[in-house]
Amino acid sequence: MYDIENYYNASTIKEAVTLLKEHPDARIISGGSDVLIKIHEGKMAGTSLVCIRDIKEIKGVDLMESGDIYIGAGTTFSHVTSDPIIQKYIPVLGEAVDQVGGPQVRNIGTIGGNVCNGAVSADSVPTLFSLNAMLRIADGTGGRMIPIRDFYLGPGKVDLHQGDVLTHIVIPGKEYQGYHGHYIKYSMRNAMDIATLSCSVVSKVNPEKKILEDVRITFGVAAPVPYRCVETENAIKGMPLGEELLSKVEEMVRQEIHPRDSWRASREFRLQIGGEIARRALMRSIELAGGDEA
Amino acid sequence: MIGKSVPRVDAYDKVTGRAKFTDDMILNKCLVAKVYHATIGNGVVKSIDTSEAEALDGVVKVVTFKDVPNHCYPTPGHPWSVELAHQDIADRNLLTGRVRYYGDDIAAVIAEDEVAASRALRLIKVEYEEYPVEIHPRKSMRGSEHPIHLDKKDNILARSNFFIGDVDKGLKESSAVVKRSYKTSIVQHCHIENNISYAYMEKGRIVVVSSTQIPHIVRRVVGQALGIPWGRVRVIKPYIGGGFGNKQEVLYEPLNAFLTMQVGGRPVKIELSREETFANTRTRHSIEYDLVAGVDEEGHLLAKDMHAYSNQGAYASHGHAIAANGLTSWRLQYACPNMRGEAYTVYTNCPTAGAMRAYGIPQASFASECFMEDIATEIGMDPLEFRRKNLIRGYYEDAYLKPIAANTNGIFECLDKGAEYIHWEEKRKAYAHQTGSVRRGVGMALFSYKTGVWPISLEIAGARLSLNQDGSVQLQVGATEIGQGADTVFSQMAAETLHMDISDVHICSTQDTDVTPFDTGAYASRQSFVSGTAVKECAELLKEKILDYARTLMPDEKRELDLDHGWITAGGEQVMATEQLAMESYYSLSNSSVLTAEVSKQVKKNTIATGCCFAEVEVDMKLGKIKVLDIINVHDSGKLLNPQLASMQVHGGMYMSIGYGISEQLILDEKTGRPLNANLLDYKMMTTMDTPELKADFVELNDPMGPYGNKALGEPPAIPCAPAIRNAVLNATGIAFNEIPLTPQRLVEAFLQAGLI
Repeated sequence: MYDIENYYNASTIKEAVTLLKEHPDARIISGGSDVLIKIHEGKMAGTSLVCIRDIKEIKGVDLMESGDIYIGAGTTFSHVTSDPIIQKYIPVLGEAVDQVGGPQVRNIGTIGGNVCNGAVSADSVPTLFSLNAMLRIADGTGGRMIPIRDFYLGPGKVDLHQGDVLTHIVIPGKEYQGYHGHYIKYSMRNAMDIATLSCSVVSKVNPEKKILEDVRITFGVAAPVPYRCVETENAIKGMPLGEELLSKVEEMVRQEIHPRDSWRASREFRLQIGGEIARRALMRSIELAGGDEA
Repeated sequence: MIGKSVPRVDAYDKVTGRAKFTDDMILNKCLVAKVYHATIGNGVVKSIDTSEAEALDGVVKVVTFKDVPNHCYPTPGHPWSVELAHQDIADRNLLTGRVRYYGDDIAAVIAEDEVAASRALRLIKVEYEEYPVEIHPRKSMRGSEHPIHLDKKDNILARSNFFIGDVDKGLKESSAVVKRSYKTSIVQHCHIENNISYAYMEKGRIVVVSSTQIPHIVRRVVGQALGIPWGRVRVIKPYIGGGFGNKQEVLYEPLNAFLTMQVGGRPVKIELSREETFANTRTRHSIEYDLVAGVDEEGHLLAKDMHAYSNQGAYASHGHAIAANGLTSWRLQYACPNMRGEAYTVYTNCPTAGAMRAYGIPQASFASECFMEDIATEIGMDPLEFRRKNLIRGYYEDAYLKPIAANTNGIFECLDKGAEYIHWEEKRKAYAHQTGSVRRGVGMALFSYKTGVWPISLEIAGARLSLNQDGSVQLQVGATEIGQGADTVFSQMAAETLHMDISDVHICSTQDTDVTPFDTGAYASRQSFVSGTAVKECAELLKEKILDYARTLMPDEKRELDLDHGWITAGGEQVMATEQLAMESYYSLSNSSVLTAEVSKQVKKNTIATGCCFAEVEVDMKLGKIKVLDIINVHDSGKLLNPQLASMQVHGGMYMSIGYGISEQLILDEKTGRPLNANLLDYKMMTTMDTPELKADFVELNDPMGPYGNKALGEPPAIPCAPAIRNAVLNATGIAFNEIPLTPQRLVEAFLQAGLI
C-alpha cells in the first residue's frame, strides 16, 4: 500500500504542465520505478502525483530529416533497445539502457525518468553525455532546449522547476554520424543492480582507421554528477590507435575522475576500475569502427 | 516409491497460485500493526511521546515498552528442555526501552490500514540517552560500562571448550606448524516471503497464523511471552515462502498475540518489510577463527587448535549453539590425535544472529577448509592428497556426544567423483604457472554434518494416519513443509510402507496446533530422518491394523496377508479390495471401527552426512571479478528418497553457498551499528544472471540409522562452495583470502598490494 495523497492523470503535455502548476506539491510519475521506491521508503510518502504515462506525444523514437533523433521522454527502456532507429544509428544507447535492472523494470521505466531522476548511476546518462544530447523541456510558455551537460546541478538535482516537463531527448545528427560507442556498466551483479561505476565512450576514427579523430568519455558515479573526461579526451584526440593510446586513456582517466569513498566501494577501488573500463570501452568502440590496432 | 522422483505433491497448487500463504488468508477488517524501531545503536529511551500518533485518523492504539509484560522470554526454535540448565536464554521483552541494537523494538502502532500505521510511526517522538556502540565481538568481550545485558557483565553470552590428547605436545613434535585467522561475514536468509503473521481471539483463546517453520514451538513461546497457559494458544502454519532457519525462530508472533489482546481480540496483522526482515529478524553469525595446526613430515595432522569468536548481536536467540556446533565439527572427520577447541559467543550491538541453514557449519567449514588448503600449500602438497591422507575412512564417532557417528561414510567416493568431474589433476597442472591478469584455478572443500540434534537436544516427532472409505489414507504430520519437499517425501514414505500409490496418500500440509500431532518442526536436516521415522512407524501400525481387521472379515484365510496397491493379498493373491475393507470398517453394522494410527516418537539416533564441492574459477584481476566456470557438489546423504527433490535441495544450497563466498554480506555502520545495505538492491544476492550452472551428484550408501537409509541433506549443500571457490581463487592467483565474501573490493585491494595488477 503506497502513501499517495492525490493522483492526477495528464493526457497531453499541456495538461501535465497545468496540473503541476495547479498543484505545487505534486511530483511527476511516469514508469514509477524510482518514484514508488521513494514513496515506499517514506522519502516521498504522502506526495501527490501527476501521471504522464498516457501522453502519446512523448513516446517513441523519430528520425528527423535533419538527421536529428528525437527520443520521447516517456519511451521505455525496452522500447529504446528494440527500436530500429536506435539499433541502426546509436546502438550504444540501446545496449546501455538494456543494462537497467531487469526485464520488468525495463518494460516500465522510461528514459526520461532515468534522466530526470538525477541519479549519477543512471545507465542512459553517460551515453547521452557522450552523444552530446540535448533536452527539450516544456513549461507552458514555449519551453527550452538545453544540453544535457548543463542539466545536472548536483546529486539528485536537475534543472527542472515545478511545471517543467521533459518531453524529448534529442541526439543531433552531427553528434552520432560517423561515431561508434560502447558502454560498460561496472556493478556487483550482472542484473538487478545499479552501477558502482560506469563509462561510455563514443569515438570516431579516421577513414584509414589509424588515428583517433574524436572521442568523448563520460563516467557515471565518478563525481557528484555524470562526468565528461574533457582533459583526457583532448589529450588523446589525434593519437594513433594502439596500446599507447589505451595505456594513456587508462592512466589519464585515473587522474581526472573524482570518485568518492563509500561503504559501497573505496575511491582507490573505483580509480582502478575506472581506468580499466575506460580502456576496455575505448578499445571496443574502436573495434566497432573497424580499427584493428587496439 | 522411495528413491523415485515423483512430482511434488504441492507442485500444481503452487504453480497455479492456488496454494494459500499467510497473506492469502487474512481476515476481513484486519488491523495493521507496525513497529517503531530505535534510531540509535545502544542506549536507553529517556522519553517517548505518542500523543500525536494516537490522535491521527485511522490509528486504533499505540503501545510502548511501558505497556508490555516485565518478564523476559526466549525465542529460538529449540525443543524446550525440562532441565533448567539447558533451557534457552530468556533475554527479550515484547518491546524495550533499553535499546541494544539499531532498530530495536520500542513501540507499536495498531491502525486501520498500512498508510495510517506508517504515518503514525513518523509522529512518535523519542529521546534517547546514548551509549557507545560496539559491533565487534573481540572488543565487546572486554566489557563495557553498560553491559548489553545486565547479567553478562563482560558481554560474553557463553564459552565452551574441549580437549583431546595434548595439543601443545603435538605441535612440538610437528615438522611444520601453521597459524591462520579467518572471518566470515553477517549474512541473511533472504527467504522470498517476508516474515508475516496475524492474530485474533476466539472463545477466549489466541489464534496466531504465521509463516513459520515451527508452529508447536511458536505456541509454547507465545504462551511464555504473554504469561498465559500454552493451551490457550493456537498456531496455524500455512504454506510458507522459505525460511532457511530465520523462521526456526519465534519473531513477532508473541507481539502480534499481545496486540490482538490490546484491541479486544480483533484481528491484527504484522507484515515486515524487506528492510525489517534484514535488520529485525535474524542473521547468520559472523565468526572469527584463530587456527593452529601441526603436521609431520609426511603431512599427517598431529595437532589442531581452534579459537572462535562468534558475534551474537543484541539478543541470545540460538546463542552459543551455533559456535558450539562448529567446535564439534572441528573434531570430526579428520584424523588427528591432539585436538583442542574453544569458542566464545559474545553480545554486540548488531542485529541478532540466529539459525541459518547449516547452523554454524558454513562458518566452521569455511575456516577449516581454507586452513587445510593453506597447510597443504605451506608444506607443498596437493590439497586433495593432503585431505585424503588425513580424512578418516569408514566409521568414526564423536568423542563427546554419543551416539553421533558416521555410520556410513562416503567421503572418499565423493572426492573421487568430484575430482573426476572437475579434472582435478589435469587442471592443477595446467594452472600451475599462469601469467597475465585473467587466470584460472580449481579448488575444493568438504564437510561433515549431523542429522538432527540428538543428543544435544530432544528429538521427537508425530504422525497420524487414517484409512478413508475409498481405501486411500489421510496423513498428518507435525513436521512442516517449508519449500524443501517434506510433504512429498512423507507421502512417499507412507506409500512405500503401506504398498500404496502415492495418489492414495492425502497429506495435510497445514499445521494447526489444535489438531496436528506434536513435532518440533523443520530444522537441523532432521525431518526426513526423525519425522520420517515416525511416519514409517505410523504406517507400519496402520498396516498391522488393516491386516488385523482383514482377518476378522476373512476368518478362514490361513495364508499370510499383505497390502498391494488397493488390494488385500493372501499368499500374494488378491483377495479383497482395500476399498471394500475400508467401507466395512466405517459402516459394518456388526464390526465397524475406523482404522487410524498415531505415533509420537522420540528418536535417540544420529548419523553423519558428508560431501564436498569442486569448483573452477576464472579471475579477471583488473576488475576484481570471479567467474565460476564450473562447480559441483557431491553428497553422501545416504539413500535418496526422491532424487529430483534431492538435486533441487543441492542446487538451492549451492546457490546460497556461492553467494556466501562471493557477494553476500550485511554491512553495518561502525559508529551506530545501522545496517547500510538492508535491502535486496544493496545486499548482493546473486541473480540468475550471476549464477553458474550448478551440478549435483551423490554417493548413495544405505545408512542403518535412517528410516529408509537416508541421512541429512536439507542443509549440507549450503556449506562447501564458499571455501571451494576461495581455494580455487588461491590456486588461480596465489592470493589466500581469509575473509568472505570475496568482493571485487577485497580482490582489487589484494591484487594491487601484491603487485599483480
